[in-house]
Amino acid sequence: MSFGIMEVLLICLALMSIGLILTLLRLFLGPTAPDRVVALDTMNTIVVCLMVGLGAYYLEVVLIDIAIVYALLSFVSTLFIARYMERTKEKEVE
Amino acid sequence: MDVYAIIAIVFALVSMFFMLLGVFGLFRFPDVYTRLHAATKCTTFGSIFVMLIVVLVGIRGLVEGGNDGSYITMIVHTLLVLVALLITNPTGSHAIARAARRTGLKPDPAVVDEFEEVD
Repeated sequence: MSFGIMEVLLICLALMSIGLILTLLRLFLGPTAPDRVVALDTMNTIVVCLMVGLGAYYLEVVLIDIAIVYALLSFVSTLFIARYMERTKEKEVE
Repeated sequence: MDVYAIIAIVFALVSMFFMLLGVFGLFRFPDVYTRLHAATKCTTFGSIFVMLIVVLVGIRGLVEGGNDGSYITMIVHTLLVLVALLITNPTGSHAIARAARRTGLKPDPAVVDEFEEVD
C-alpha cells in the first residue's frame, strides 16, 4: 500500500473523531451551562472539518456544500443559546 | 511517496497538534473562560490546516488531469467553508463569554471583579 495524501487525510479524520468523542464527554460532564455550550461549539467546528475531509476523501463535493450550511446554522444556534442564557438571567434579577 | 504527501504530512502534524491540544485544554482547564480560550482558538487554527490539506487534494487532482471541473468546485467551496468558520467562530465564542459573564460566573481564582462597577 502506497502512503499518499489520501492516507494522511484519513489519519487526520480518525484523530479528529477521537477528539469529537472526548468533547462529547465534556458536554456530558460540564458543571455549568456555559461549559456545555463551549463543548457544543467545539463539536460543531470539528464536525465541519470532518465533513470537508470526508467530502475530499470520497470525492463528493455535496458534503462540502453541506458543511457550509452546517457552519452557518451552528453559528446561529450558538448565538441563540448565548442570548437565551442572558435573557433567563435578567428575568431572575427582576 | 510524492511531494504532495510530504507537504500534507507537515500540515497534518500542525493541525492535529493544535486540534488535540484544544480538546485536551477543554478537559484540563479549571473554569469556563480558560476552556473557551483553549477550545476556540486551537480548533480554529487546526481547522485552517485541515482545509489546506483538502485544497492540496484538489490541486493534486487538477495537476494529474481531472478536468471535469469538480476539483475546482472542491477548492472554491473548501475556501468558502474556511471563510465562514473564520468569521463565525470568534463571534460565537465572544457571545458565549459575554453570556457567561452576564450569568454571574467568575474566573476560578478570582479575587477582584473590576467589571462590577461597570454594570
